[in-house]
Amino acid sequence: MAEPSSNQPVAELIGVTRNYRMGTNVVRALDNFSFTFGRGEYWAVMGSSGSGKSTLLNVLGCIDRPTEGDYKVDGISTNSLDDDALSELRSRKLGFVFQSYNLIPQLNVLENIMVPLFYQDDPPADGEERARTLAARVGLSERLDHRPTELSGGQQQRVAIARALVNHPALILADEATGNLDSQTALEILALLDELHAEGRTIVLVTHEPDVGERAQHVLRLKDGRIESVKRGQRSMAGARA
Amino acid sequence: MSQSTFARTVRLGVSSLMLHKLRALLTTLGVLFGTSSVIAMLAIGEGASEEAQEQIRQLGSRNVILRSVKPREDFNTGASQNVRVLSYGLTEDDLARISETFPGVARVVPVREIYEEVRRSDRAMNPRVMATLPVYRDVTGRVVSEGRFLADNDEAGVSNVCVLSDEVANYLFPFQSPLGEEIKVGADYYTVVGILLGRVRQQSDSAPAGKSTAEVFIPLETGRKWYGNMQVRMRAGSREMEEVELHEIVVEVDAPENVPVVASACREMLARNHKQSDYEIVVPLELLLRAEETKRIFNIVLGSIASISLLVGGIGIMNVMLATVTERTREIGIRRALGAKRRHIVSQFLVECVVLSVGGGLLGVALGLAIPLIVERYAEMRTIITPSAPILAFLISAGVGVIFGLYPAWRAATMDPVEALRHE
Ligand SMILES: Nc1ncnc2c1ncn2[C@@H]1O[C@H](COP(=O)(O)OP(=O)(O)OP(=O)(O)O)[C@@H](O)[C@H]1O
Ligand SMILES: [Mg+2]
Repeated sequence: MAEPSSNQPVAELIGVTRNYRMGTNVVRALDNFSFTFGRGEYWAVMGSSGSGKSTLLNVLGCIDRPTEGDYKVDGISTNSLDDDALSELRSRKLGFVFQSYNLIPQLNVLENIMVPLFYQDDPPADGEERARTLAARVGLSERLDHRPTELSGGQQQRVAIARALVNHPALILADEATGNLDSQTALEILALLDELHAEGRTIVLVTHEPDVGERAQHVLRLKDGRIESVKRGQRSMAGARA
Repeated sequence: MSQSTFARTVRLGVSSLMLHKLRALLTTLGVLFGTSSVIAMLAIGEGASEEAQEQIRQLGSRNVILRSVKPREDFNTGASQNVRVLSYGLTEDDLARISETFPGVARVVPVREIYEEVRRSDRAMNPRVMATLPVYRDVTGRVVSEGRFLADNDEAGVSNVCVLSDEVANYLFPFQSPLGEEIKVGADYYTVVGILLGRVRQQSDSAPAGKSTAEVFIPLETGRKWYGNMQVRMRAGSREMEEVELHEIVVEVDAPENVPVVASACREMLARNHKQSDYEIVVPLELLLRAEETKRIFNIVLGSIASISLLVGGIGIMNVMLATVTERTREIGIRRALGAKRRHIVSQFLVECVVLSVGGGLLGVALGLAIPLIVERYAEMRTIITPSAPILAFLISAGVGVIFGLYPAWRAATMDPVEALRHE
């Protein structure tokens, strides 16, 4: 992977606070949160339920905006972007893998993989080619015209991973990506993520399961919307400093 | 939106709708009936006005027609007798007053009717036998299909010649041309000199049966000479003597704008000179105005029905689309997360609405084209489908889809992606 600016961090959170107003209470899902995810790193985000993991991932994925602070993707500050620009950013720089696969039921496998490209202002000409290659890579070349309901959970999640790769994203975000799968299938999906990491992709994976966290390169622990601990693994390469 | 993007959006819309076929079909019913009534309305209205105009063309738009009408039965006079004399109707004096004193009158044609049976060998019928002048044809714009109409020297010579309408000619002479042959009117023989088309228009189009009239024309003087003013009319069980000088007077006005003036002058003159109401006045121009008025009312009624069904159909589409948007909240969240902009979501749902309403519109056009055929067949009304009608109906249905789809599409597009993704 030839990244244009490999010394620049992929995702940078600067004093991010995300408040939810519940009647008179204010819930601080993220509390003055600053952190930097470096290029090519593979992070597992862990923490108890309600600690703010999903909120963090939503902010990283530009589908949620910080109440305060700033978030930069690939050096681009998101504060000043309007809804359209933010959407374009998602379709170009981000890949999502969800717990419940979230494929679109009326589209077949090939079309599902291509969805992020549909929404780019200036879609690449080789979109279908890319989608076929990715489908082959996740072992689904034989199922291109199947609908999601005709696939197993593991197969659906592999389509979702192919979809998350089709736009050559700077950052892949996975929220409990193995949460709905049996352990054997979960291992296959994790192996796929390992491969992506080996290729130099940046991955942030939210998980509850310690052994899933173990497989990641680094582990970030949250508690009450703050960083509880940061555990860096052996293969750390990029300069990511909080 | 590029062409392929548009095509893909339409295909996506169709496949989303196909997930609930019955629902989609039921949703389109309102628009279906709306568009079909638009088309039927236009076709029937157009046909009615065409028919009225044709009727007027037959009677002559510059003409005022006066007819003798038998006054209502008076049971006190001679009701117990078998034979009585009834004297009524237009007179030679009326004719003279109109032709001599009315300004704006071009020509005046008197018509007498002869109550006699018409026969030829073993075939007999009872057409209108009319004794009239040669100008009758010109004033009424009738068309000769074979031979000639009555001529001045027939009148001068009091000849026994006649002209048949095509209906009579076909009935009496099914296998040969009647020209030069003889027919019997009452007890007298007449030589056929010409055939007149029953209607002004020549093409034998979709006029309902029974419209063309059976008529026989003879010279006015011949009629006077042989039949006089006093005629016997056979009635169920009784014979009736009638004395009528003229049965009809056709007044031709020099210019259309003078028709109302001449018509009211005739009305006044007749009211002054006739003690009983034994006449009627037909003004084709007034018929035309009345036909236009009828058409207008018809259009208002059917137009309201069409707008109400389109409104209800549109609301139905909006309702179903709102439910669909809620049902597909998660899909919207996924698409937004994957980079869909608000306008992509708007166009996705708007296209679905338009596909629904245009689908209904197309079915409606099909039904709308069928209704006039049925009406024509069973109600014996003329209908005319102008090419613009289906196009108009189609555009209206597409418009309904856009208008009633905007709100659901806007609702879908303004959802918060995070909330939408959390939706079960
Ligand atoms: N839409 C919302 N409205 C109000 N409060 C919210 C909303 N979303 C999240 N929160 C609150 O923010 C906090 C963090 O939520 P978040 O979903 O990020 O937790 P999490 O770490 O993903 O938990 P889990 O492991 O259960 O998924 C929680 O206290 C939650 O109640
Ligand atoms: Mg969560």
